[in-house]
Amino acid sequence: MSVLEVAGLRTHFFTRAGVVKAVDGVDFTLQRGEVMGLVGESGSGKTVTGFSILGLVDPPGRIVGGSIRYRGEELVGAPDERLRELRGNRIAMIFQDPMMTLNPVLRIDTQMVEAIQAHERVPKKAAWERARDGLGQVGIPSPEERLRAYPHQLSGGMRQRVTIAIAFLNAPELIIADEPTTALDVTIQAQIIYQAQKVCRERGAAMIWITHDLAVVAGLADRICVMYAGRIVEAGPTDDVIDRPLHPYTVGLLGSVPSANKRGQRLNQIPGMTPNMLALPKGCAFRERCARAGDACLAEPGITEPAAGRALRCFHPHGIEVPA
Amino acid sequence: MSVPADSAPGAPEIGVETPFQRFRAEFFESWIAAFALGLLGLIVVLALLAPWITPQNPYDLGQVDVLDGKLPPGSRAYTGYTMWLGSDGAGRDLYSAILYGLRISISVGVASGVIALVIGSTIGLIAAYAGGRVETVVMRLVDLQLSFPAALIALMLVAVMGRGIDKIIIALVAAQWAYYARTVRASALVESAKEYVEAARCLGLGHARIVFRHILPNCMAPLIVVGTVQTAHAIALEATLSFLGVGLRQTEPSLGVLIANGFEYMMSGRYWISFFPGIALLLTIVSINLVGDQLRDVLNPRLKK
Repeated sequence: MSVLEVAGLRTHFFTRAGVVKAVDGVDFTLQRGEVMGLVGESGSGKTVTGFSILGLVDPPGRIVGGSIRYRGEELVGAPDERLRELRGNRIAMIFQDPMMTLNPVLRIDTQMVEAIQAHERVPKKAAWERARDGLGQVGIPSPEERLRAYPHQLSGGMRQRVTIAIAFLNAPELIIADEPTTALDVTIQAQIIYQAQKVCRERGAAMIWITHDLAVVAGLADRICVMYAGRIVEAGPTDDVIDRPLHPYTVGLLGSVPSANKRGQRLNQIPGMTPNMLALPKGCAFRERCARAGDACLAEPGITEPAAGRALRCFHPHGIEVPA
Repeated sequence: MSVPADSAPGAPEIGVETPFQRFRAEFFESWIAAFALGLLGLIVVLALLAPWITPQNPYDLGQVDVLDGKLPPGSRAYTGYTMWLGSDGAGRDLYSAILYGLRISISVGVASGVIALVIGSTIGLIAAYAGGRVETVVMRLVDLQLSFPAALIALMLVAVMGRGIDKIIIALVAAQWAYYARTVRASALVESAKEYVEAARCLGLGHARIVFRHILPNCMAPLIVVGTVQTAHAIALEATLSFLGVGLRQTEPSLGVLIANGFEYMMSGRYWISFFPGIALLLTIVSINLVGDQLRDVLNPRLKK
């Protein structure tokens, strides 16, 4: 059975200026132990998708449609109590900025023991030992000392390791990692990705790795979903998507990675700006920035399956000639 | 929190200075604040030790003699000891009476301060965390209360309830909880928007736990400052009420009662009966306020160096 099945998820924010359709029809399935990369620009709805799964969308936001099934259990509309049981226990989250996600006034051990005892009746000593082992598993040297430290005494990379250790404390089946390496040095990034991947494989946990950096997911994810303006515009196995991108947006994203260009050459960029979520263009949301757009794009593209295991929302995918 | 020497690998990220050490160093940068803290400490110690360092127990009518009344400073009492600060109309040695009065004044101030802090900050925290209608109702109530002078509210309550330490404390709490509620709510709103609160929710922690274990400790800095200043305020308020004759009883004189007692003799040249208790009150309040000012400067993140 799949760990997570998201179908037609729509999360809207009812602001004074209008309705922001942050997530507007997202579908994906996650198998046990699978790592999925959720890629997109800022404001494309990646993070809101993650929060929707945890049931932590705050007003004025609301899940207005679709279903989220965790091991077959419907989470949309599930009682708060049940969601809280799952949160941090079966489904855990890792945040972007490790400087912000640890409480500055509580010691690491306090925060870790608390995370264990929130879901299980364990004596403090046992919980403490589990916290220590957890820190060891994410590659923190002398974990006993680190446990007695306050967050400000640890470096950014150390702190992110701690938050990863906290996420894995209760052996969750699903981890949602929201840009966990964005705030870190490049050298630390690779270490953190490696640790997260290692723990994930060891425990057989599924992971959703939310990022705007295709280079990061390329080496990490089994599958990639590319999001644009609240929708998944392209999905498929990582190698396929990276080597043979179909959607013009994915092509643009891959083209804008600096390393793909030669020295002295202008960097490729996707023209235009992230669309205003309050006034999305009619039809395909990417239409106005797309070189391949035509009249057909005024209608909304449906999901097609151009190849086995791949999904696409586009009338004029790359690799297929545009009729003049 | 020092780091053992054997933790060489990976140790550099542990800071040399703990936050408390930094706090202490910054606090004592100002000699005025250091002096005020020393003075406050001395006052508190004198008040605590009053029964052992005073020649007379001013509450024990057997030790107070009317014949000793209104003696100027430095006179010898009938019972033999020297009254360095003179005596009041009832024959109480002023030095003893002031130290005993300090006990009452400080304990009333601290007790009402602590109770108001607990009640006020709980209400403020709940308002900030719950939001919506709860927050609106609570904060409008706070606004309403703060639009009246604290002295007026306390005066009305004491007039209704009558005299006595317990009633004074209730009146002071009622007059002051709103300051704490407003302060805590403001910083709790800021804290709740921070990611560690979101992270705590993602861990599935309960609401009470998040509010009291995660948000409250992060609101402590402004709370300590307001608590210090409000305690000084409570002491002054109690003295005011007692001076006006609606506070504490004559038999258990606080500083305010002593000042009121001597007030009628002021014009006849017997200045000391009001003067010395007044100085004691002034020193207490000024030293607390100076300490509070320095705390505010040290704990204010905007003034961080």
